[in-house]
Amino acid sequence: MKRIVLLALAASLAACQSQSDPDLDQTGERPDLPQQSDTLLPAMKIPTPKGWDGELPTVPEGFTVTAIAKDLKIPRQMLLLPNGDILVAEGSGGHAPAVRPKDVIAGMIKKRGKSSVEGGNRITLLRDRDGDGQTDLQTTFIDGLDAPYGLAFVDGKIYVANQGNLVSFDYTEGATRIDGPGTEVTKLPSVINHHWTKAMTASPDGSKLYVGIGSNSNVGERGMDVEEDRAVIWEIDRETGANRIFASGIRNPTALSINPWTEQLWAVVNERDELGPQLVPDYLTSVRQGAFYGWPYSYYGQHVDPRVRPQRPDLVRKAIAPDYALGSHVAALGLDFTTNGGLGGSFSEGAFVGEHGSWNRSDPSGYKVTFVPFRNGRPSGKPIDLATGFLKDGHARGRPVGVLFDEQRRALLIADDVSNTVWRVALQGGSAVPAGEARQSTR
Amino acid sequence: MAETLARTRSFTNPIHAILLAFPVALYPAALLSDITYLNTAVIQWTNFSSWLIAGADVFAGLVLAWALVSQFLGRTRQRGWAYVIVVALMFIAGVLNAFQHARDGWHSVGTFGLVLSILCTILAFVAAFLAYGQTQVKEYRA
Repeated sequence: MKRIVLLALAASLAACQSQSDPDLDQTGERPDLPQQSDTLLPAMKIPTPKGWDGELPTVPEGFTVTAIAKDLKIPRQMLLLPNGDILVAEGSGGHAPAVRPKDVIAGMIKKRGKSSVEGGNRITLLRDRDGDGQTDLQTTFIDGLDAPYGLAFVDGKIYVANQGNLVSFDYTEGATRIDGPGTEVTKLPSVINHHWTKAMTASPDGSKLYVGIGSNSNVGERGMDVEEDRAVIWEIDRETGANRIFASGIRNPTALSINPWTEQLWAVVNERDELGPQLVPDYLTSVRQGAFYGWPYSYYGQHVDPRVRPQRPDLVRKAIAPDYALGSHVAALGLDFTTNGGLGGSFSEGAFVGEHGSWNRSDPSGYKVTFVPFRNGRPSGKPIDLATGFLKDGHARGRPVGVLFDEQRRALLIADDVSNTVWRVALQGGSAVPAGEARQSTR
Repeated sequence: MAETLARTRSFTNPIHAILLAFPVALYPAALLSDITYLNTAVIQWTNFSSWLIAGADVFAGLVLAWALVSQFLGRTRQRGWAYVIVVALMFIAGVLNAFQHARDGWHSVGTFGLVLSILCTILAFVAAFLAYGQTQVKEYRA
């Protein structure tokens, strides 16, 4: 009887959820923002994992896709070393306690959409000795880490952003293994770690490291005391570890990258949930020094979120809107820019974005890798799909996380944390790109 | 000489009475912490309410199940549907209130949450009066 009553309640609650309006345009510089609809039971749809069964992600004509690493342990972000080796950070972090009964239930539901593999807490090295696009060596490069995510290479050192600290490792070219604990550059905010990922990139001159530190809640519902130094991007002095807040109110900056045309810091950011299926769009933006992006008090500039009390009209007045919307709940987790002609054609100049995929809407969004075309260093035009097919028959065969553009081999690498694979999208017959000099990048 | 033994018996079985004690204590406690949250905006009060309501709902469900079973199968069915209906309404309002309190921040209480908390409190007291306020007298003649 109780069960029947519960089911009937759930069904009637589900019936009052708002549906998505397909006519709303939620990508680009001026996204349509509908009315808030904070329903009693938020829409939840979790596509459960399913194998690829020999199939591959879908890529546009003229491209090929292959798996270059399998059996990883929750691959997240990647880094290209000067000799062409690829590093993959693997792990799963966060130790947020359940504060309300809701946290217990939501945790169980969200877990259904994830891989059952335990995070590796390590970095794997992938080496392609002969340049044919196939991995000849897959080996553990650094282990004993704590949910590593952001990676950077500057001046002969590899920097790893664990969920609680930033560590550097001395690197000799060609190394396939680094032992030892490394050197701690600085601690990173890690209390609760509701959003635990610490995205990272280096400044163009290599003197600074930028680290994204996500909020400790959806919208301040754990209280604002635990949001000290959260929803911010830190600028860290690489030598001394001294840090300061570079930008704030930026809910969950999950990937950072330097725009190669303007040399500005850019980020993809995940926005808040439970305001309806089409609020709030996740975004891609240049990160302005000292800027406040609204979280938790407002979104997209000065759209006030009534769930936060006390309200802060003084801060809302300062809030600026981000540059480019990627769509609501797409969960953008990967960002990398093209350099030097990119993948050609429509994919010559712009940013690749890995979209992990939604849970807080009944019509899933994301679950793909898109490309945002740029001109003169700014987004220009609608996103174009590069890799799709991660979702099939309501099941997630994969979920894209980090993306990495490999200029030398004209390929885009995609880390997939459901099938625990690294995918490589390349131009057909494009592996025969003449060997140039090592990529001049600190990323 | 004929002898008459009179035995009074409470409306409820002691275990049923213990189960009902939880909603009677927890729903009013949730109402108080809701009021405190609305007055202070200190988030911990709505967290308290969430757990108090969840706990009350579990026991309200058990009380409802017990009431229904004894209504159909028990010997004391004459105490009527009033009690079953009150307990059912209390349970439904409590579950709705749990969903309401699962919303984030200020929206976790609001007018709807406060009204539901008041309703649950009143219904819990009514159920208690019905359950504990009546005794049955059984006479045995020897």
